[in-house]
Amino acid sequence: METTANLFAQQEANRRKSRWLVVGFVLFFAWLGFGGDWLLYEATRNAPANHYHHVVPWFGLLLSTIALVVVWWAWAMGPQSILWATGARQITGPANPAEQQLVNVVDEMAIASGIPRPSIYVIDDRDPNAFATGHDPSTSSIAVTTGLLAICNRDELQGVIGHEMGHVKNLDVRLMTLMAGLVGAVALMSNGLARTMFWNSGNRSSRDESERDLGPLFFVLLALYALSWILAPIITQMLAFGVSRDREYLADAMSAQFTRNPSALADALDKINRADIPSSVIKGGAAHLCIADPLGRSASEREGWLADRLASHPPMAVRIARLKAMAYQAQKQAGTPVGPA
Amino acid sequence: MGLALLVVFAVIAFWVVAAYNSLISLKNQVANAWKQIDVQLKRRHDLIPNLINTVKGAMQFERDTLQAVVEARNKAVAVSAGGGPAGTSVAATAAAESQLTGALGRLFAVVEAYPDLKSTGNVAQLQEELTSTENKIAFARQLYNDTATTYNTRQRQFPTVLVAGLVGAAPAELWEITDGAERDNVNVDLSIGAPRPALGAAPAVPPSIAAPGANAATTAPVKPAT
Repeated sequence: METTANLFAQQEANRRKSRWLVVGFVLFFAWLGFGGDWLLYEATRNAPANHYHHVVPWFGLLLSTIALVVVWWAWAMGPQSILWATGARQITGPANPAEQQLVNVVDEMAIASGIPRPSIYVIDDRDPNAFATGHDPSTSSIAVTTGLLAICNRDELQGVIGHEMGHVKNLDVRLMTLMAGLVGAVALMSNGLARTMFWNSGNRSSRDESERDLGPLFFVLLALYALSWILAPIITQMLAFGVSRDREYLADAMSAQFTRNPSALADALDKINRADIPSSVIKGGAAHLCIADPLGRSASEREGWLADRLASHPPMAVRIARLKAMAYQAQKQAGTPVGPA
Repeated sequence: MGLALLVVFAVIAFWVVAAYNSLISLKNQVANAWKQIDVQLKRRHDLIPNLINTVKGAMQFERDTLQAVVEARNKAVAVSAGGGPAGTSVAATAAAESQLTGALGRLFAVVEAYPDLKSTGNVAQLQEELTSTENKIAFARQLYNDTATTYNTRQRQFPTVLVAGLVGAAPAELWEITDGAERDNVNVDLSIGAPRPALGAAPAVPPSIAAPGANAATTAPVKPAT
């Protein structure tokens, strides 16, 4: 089946991209660190003998270690911290019929998709949305807002859960959770750094006797270096959005394959789109894990190169249209009369 | 010359091993998918006595319907005791289970006529459990059919077909709909949130696709073009 070929390709791509993301992240910080070391070395090389000579690359080693710790944290604690940040509570025993139905629906989708049942979480939020997080099918979690449970019927809820199981099965959750963890950590770090730098700039008096020997190249590199510090969080954000748009189409297709009912997901997406309540609980960091953009950004409604870089989800209208086309195809194959959609 | 021959031989040997392993893996996936169905079928068999006892008191005039369910359930239990994914057992299980599904569908339709019964918490919960079980059976069947189709296709494709004999690969039997009555879906709306729109209001979506119960939704995976 066409979706199966895409599934294997996507799984491989996700594994590869996760590896490269980790490697790239550590290398980027190593570059920042060792670059600073080299600049300091150049700056202090010609200093008089009793001044400080920068020889051992402490800065590079420190930043590389920090990057490795951040990567470890994003991997080990990422899923839990995302769930905690949204205030999700786990369903261990269903408290009411709605939760029981949710548990049953997730069970059914677990059977249809052939992967173990993920942990189920509920978020108290009127904005209808859902997301999945985790590393691989055996350790993943799915969270659903109470808003979604309220507006969707059983079939539509099943379509949404099928979409999330699709993300779990093709390992999107691994890449996206890692990305969310790294983006969050980088944002924290850059905030801390900005505060430190502004605080220190006032103390920078005239220590510059030793720097008179430096050429213009040094300052160019210093400028580039400072620029990369400023750009790091922005680049990480763009990376985060750049990878996630098209995979939503694949997850939609996988949902259609699991449920054999693409119209249900199309209706669910329509309802979610109309609800248009900005989420008070799901913040930007977890946006690309959700089924619909929780912040309702206008870039999500557009197509094109820039929108691909800035938006977290594809245009909802296109997703709905594709799903309805699948339903139409299925009806044609089944030979039943097709009425107006 | 000898080296080139050795390389060619090694490549062929590696391919044979890979093809053999992939067939074995698929064979086990098919068996696993069948076990999944088995688990869900047993669950349904176990839930039914509970349902019968709960509704028996209030539905005294529907004895025939209740009796049909009990008989179908006992027959299905008997078949599943000697069942397995090879040969005609799939067809026998399919036949017995589809009869049970039909009987349960008629029971659900009849329960609609007793609004007091339906509003009792117990019955609503049981109905949700049974619907969920029906859906699980349907999805397990779907997964089984998908896996079996992949297995059947792979063992017939060239050049894997050359290795199929080594594995002892036999085409797995697909679970097909045998009872025409099963395709007539009985629409019981169990939505907790928004109610499902009445079928008349959405003519573009025929019942067999709108409600993925234990019905015709599984004809799709049998077609290899999907």
